[in-house]
Amino acid sequence: MHAAHGVYAWLAVLALVGVTVLTRSFFLLPDREPHLPGWLRQGLRHAPVAALLAMVVPEVFLSNGHLLADWRDARLFAVAAALLYYLARRNDVTGTILVGTATLMLLRLGLGWP
Amino acid sequence: MRRPFLSSPRLNDPAWRREFRLGCRDIRGPALGTLAMGLVAGVAMAKSGVGLGVILGMSLLVFASASQLACLPLMAAGAPLWVIAATACVLNLRFVVFSVSWRRYFGGHVRPQRVLLSYLAGDPVYAQFVQRHPVPSPTGRATVAQQGYFLGLALTNWAAWHVASLAGIFLADAIPTAWGLRFVGVLALLALALPMLTDRAVRCSALAAATVALATASWPMGLNVVAAIATAFVAGLWADRHWNLR
Repeated sequence: MHAAHGVYAWLAVLALVGVTVLTRSFFLLPDREPHLPGWLRQGLRHAPVAALLAMVVPEVFLSNGHLLADWRDARLFAVAAALLYYLARRNDVTGTILVGTATLMLLRLGLGWP
Repeated sequence: MRRPFLSSPRLNDPAWRREFRLGCRDIRGPALGTLAMGLVAGVAMAKSGVGLGVILGMSLLVFASASQLACLPLMAAGAPLWVIAATACVLNLRFVVFSVSWRRYFGGHVRPQRVLLSYLAGDPVYAQFVQRHPVPSPTGRATVAQQGYFLGLALTNWAAWHVASLAGIFLADAIPTAWGLRFVGVLALLALALPMLTDRAVRCSALAAATVALATASWPMGLNVVAAIATAFVAGLWADRHWNLR
C-alpha cells in the first residue's frame, strides 16, 4: 500500500499534534513566569497583527506566485469592499467578513471572475 | 485549592453565562472563516491520497488549518518526518507569539489547564479575546467574565472547525472549488487583524511586515511569515521610539 496509509502517516499526524500543542502553549508551559527583557516584550507587541497580515497580503495580491496582472479579480474587490465597510462601521468584524464574502461570491459566481 | 476552570458553579454564575453567550455571539462572523477553512482542509485531506483513518485522526486532533494544508502534500509524497514537523513549526510560529499574551491572562492557572486553553485558542479566538479584554487580571488568573468569554469564543470556533472539516472530508466531491472558499478564511483573518491596528506605531510596523511578506512570498515553508514577524519586531521598536510611546 501507499506510504501515506501506515505507521509513517500516523507518526506524521502525531508530529503535527505535538507541534500544535507545543507552539500554542510555548510560553505557558513553564510554571515560573518566563523572564522576558523589556525590549523583547515591546517588540512582541507588534508581532500578532503582523503575523495575521503576513498570511493575508500574499493571498490577496499574488496568483500562482505572481502579482495579479488583471485588476478584474474578485479578491481585490472583496478586500476593498471589506475595508470600506470596516472604515465606515468601525469594529464590526462580522459585518466586514460578510460584506467581503458577499462581494467575492457575487463577482465569482455572478460574473465568473477569477 | 484552585478551582477547576470548568467547575459546575461557574456554569450557574450569571456573569459567566452572560459572557459565554457574548463570546458565542462575537465569534459568529470569524467562525464563518473557520467554517470555510475547515471545508477547504477537509476536501484537501479527502483528496490527498492519505488513508481515511489517518485523515480522521488528523482532522480531530491537529486543529490547525495552515499546517494541515501545507503538510498533506508532504505526507502524500512521503517526505521525512522532520521536514513535516519543521514546516508545521514555522507555520505555527505566530502561536508562540500569542502564547506570550496568553501567559498574562492564564499564567496563574495549573499547567494542564494552560495547555488545554492555548490548544483551543486559534487565530480568531486570540484576536477577539484581546479586543474585548485588553487588560489581563492582575492576579494572573482569568476573571469569571474572561473565562466565560474565552470559552464562548473557543468552543464555538472549535465546533465550527470540526463540523466543517468532517463535512469537507465526507462531501469532498460535492463542494466546488470555484466558490473560492479558501479566500473567505483570508477575509476573516483580515477582518480580525484590522481592530488590532490600534496606534500609529503598530500601523507602521504592520505595513512594513505586510510589504516584506509579499516580497518574500516565494520562500518555502511559510518562512515569509517569519520574515514579516521579524520585520514588524524591528520596525516596531523603531516606531515606538520615534513616536515616544511607552
